[in-house]
Amino acid sequence: MDPITLSRWQFALTTIYHWLFVPLTLGMGWFVAYFQTRYYQTRDESWKKMAKFWGKLFLINFAIGVVTGIVQEFQFGMNWSEYSRFVGDIFGAPLAVEALLAFFMESTFLGIWIFGEGRVPEKVHLASIWLAALGSNLSAIWILLANGFMQAPPAASYVYNEANGRLEMVNFFALVGNPKAWIFIWHTLADGLAMAAFLILAVSAYHLVRKQNLEFFKRSFQIGALVGLIASALIFLGGHTMGQYMKEVQPMKLAALEAIWETEQPASFSLLTIGDLSGKQEVWSIRIPYVMSFLACNNFECEVKGVNELQAQYEQQFGPGDYIPLMVVTYWTFRIMMAFGFVMMGAAAWFLWNTRKKDYENAKWMKLVPFGALALPYLANASGWILTEMGRQPWIVYGLLKVEDAISPNLTTLDLWISLIGYTAVYGALAVAMVKLMKKYAVAGPDAAMHESVDVAPSLVGGQD
Amino acid sequence: MSYETLQIIWFILIAILWIGFFFLEGFDFGVGMLLPFLGKKDEERRAIINSIGSVWDGNEVWLLTAGGATFAAFPHWYATMFSGFYLALFLLLVGLIIRGISFEYRSKDANPAWRNRFDWMIAIGSFLAALLLGAAFANLARGVPINENMMFTGNLFTLLNPYGLLGGLTTVAIFLLHGANFLGLKLEGELRERVNGFAKKLWIAATVLYVILGIFTYIAGFWNNGHINPGVIPIAAVIVLLVAGYFINQKREGWAFIMVALNIVLTQVTFFTMTFPNVMLSSTNYDWSLTIYNASSSQYTLTVMSIVALIFVPIVLAYQGWTYYMFRKRISTEKKSLVY
Repeated sequence: MDPITLSRWQFALTTIYHWLFVPLTLGMGWFVAYFQTRYYQTRDESWKKMAKFWGKLFLINFAIGVVTGIVQEFQFGMNWSEYSRFVGDIFGAPLAVEALLAFFMESTFLGIWIFGEGRVPEKVHLASIWLAALGSNLSAIWILLANGFMQAPPAASYVYNEANGRLEMVNFFALVGNPKAWIFIWHTLADGLAMAAFLILAVSAYHLVRKQNLEFFKRSFQIGALVGLIASALIFLGGHTMGQYMKEVQPMKLAALEAIWETEQPASFSLLTIGDLSGKQEVWSIRIPYVMSFLACNNFECEVKGVNELQAQYEQQFGPGDYIPLMVVTYWTFRIMMAFGFVMMGAAAWFLWNTRKKDYENAKWMKLVPFGALALPYLANASGWILTEMGRQPWIVYGLLKVEDAISPNLTTLDLWISLIGYTAVYGALAVAMVKLMKKYAVAGPDAAMHESVDVAPSLVGGQD
Repeated sequence: MSYETLQIIWFILIAILWIGFFFLEGFDFGVGMLLPFLGKKDEERRAIINSIGSVWDGNEVWLLTAGGATFAAFPHWYATMFSGFYLALFLLLVGLIIRGISFEYRSKDANPAWRNRFDWMIAIGSFLAALLLGAAFANLARGVPINENMMFTGNLFTLLNPYGLLGGLTTVAIFLLHGANFLGLKLEGELRERVNGFAKKLWIAATVLYVILGIFTYIAGFWNNGHINPGVIPIAAVIVLLVAGYFINQKREGWAFIMVALNIVLTQVTFFTMTFPNVMLSSTNYDWSLTIYNASSSQYTLTVMSIVALIFVPIVLAYQGWTYYMFRKRISTEKKSLVY
């Protein structure tokens, strides 16, 4: 493989991996903070247990997000040095702010939360989990503002400096106010909440089926279902709004995710499209009329430009080249994301509806459905990001810099193979340890989580405290 | 503010971030490396980890902030250094990953083999990080091959020259000593005695290496690479290190800690003084070096970032300082009082 392909694979693998853990951190922090606040207000021990139990799972997951996050920040310079030179004047700022504003807050206050119980005043301990949750969500906001510039650089925020051949910031507020980025932020923060909600649902169902800690897990299940439903609805609204922005700022991505080759008015939505082997031409498709116009413009009339017309237009604008993303990927990731998103919303609504019944834990579906549903937010989330990033190809900064011009020119294929294999091995080992611990602590249940020391196996812990 | 003033301010700010990182994370790395050698029993190891448990992550953010600030203020410096030191940084990242995850995971299973494995990963990760950071800074002081397009033209072995390795080993030794002094302040009882014994031996190794590094730097003329002569600063750095030896022998841990901390700070000040205004010295051709003038961001970006820093740096310093105050008590190895 050539250095560009290797660098892209490495960025994709490390980023998708990082982002398997971060959304759960983003969402679960709020849950834990809420549970602890309820304890603070009511002095009801079961709220404390909830904060402790879900807090343990939060921490096990949190650690991986932190350690893989350092790789993310370093990678821009390590693998994409020409990109860093070209946009550093703009892109570096949100990254620096993220570290200064969010990382310090998140890590410092999480440290206080873990080690501070009984050592710092209770109010401080409570505030620290809120600040840790806020810090992690703030960091997501800043990195998405940076990503927003790559996706849809706001015209008012930058100029191209001919003298030194790079982009320079002229308006920080235009960068920070990038509407496309804020839709992403909304979509992503809601996704974090949904992921946490579905984890809570799955773990709660596991215990409910086994009739363990019924009251504790029923309360968790109900909260999980409620938040899961609200969050999925917010995700949907964010995604829908995004479609309309995409039509303006990234029409090619919109056409590619729909596999619309020729411009249509009104545009139909493809249920299934089969392309030819080159992926550049449609062979056969089933389509529902009008729906795509609705997704893209909120009405049933508008025109959606096709890939071929856009390609011709871009060739005129940017010179010869292939401006079409890999359609088989954009098309299918969009469908996976959207289908799973809808199933999530339906599942959460259904779980919530069922919590009306007193003995819903006895229902047959409880054995498998909530557990299976846990895969939904993970797959939808990964698909969504693959779509977002691959739909932008061949651009690294939309319309301004191509991926092929962005990599570090000094790296050899050997360098890249070493790091790619190295990251894969280390990340694989991390995942094994993480899953082992998650499973152990989730299965052990809330009573074990109340004991700080040694191990969760009750025989070992019970005697200690 | 003039463009040049801003560039100098950001050079100083980034220097401060690195100084903060070496000072704070320096003892974390030292504690990490000492962990399997100093802690014989599980409670002892847990107590050693807990001495930095609530702060190591926050300390590591100094590195992330230094990286982010370099990206924002000197994109070419960030691009050339990070792509140039590719494999070294990759190893540094592996070190930081295995160390960070081990802090969180080592006590989450009671199996002694599990814990031992993670303890060694903490030690190895800390060692790798200290060695590579030291080697990287030594190479920055020495100069690395950079062509007229600001591109690094060497490879990993370019960095593994005698001076780079000496810089790496010296950093390891100084951080070990710094960590031992820190533990002397945070632990009690038998463990505190044991760590004092370690500190005495480490002081000898660190001082010898440090003096050799200093002489090497002087003879090779690296101190003369920038426009400012560091003057008495490196001499002061040697003196505080010697004084640290006295306090270690007197078992006055607080003063010993302050002296080694001062040594770390003064060493970094020396480095940044002798390199100024270069940020990456080209050993191929002096004129191809990256400087604060040709590597920096635009005036507008530097101004915006200055305002951001002016607001948030004091806040961060306040709450991080307050955390140390909060957790100032010594840590006992008594099981009941340990947070796992």
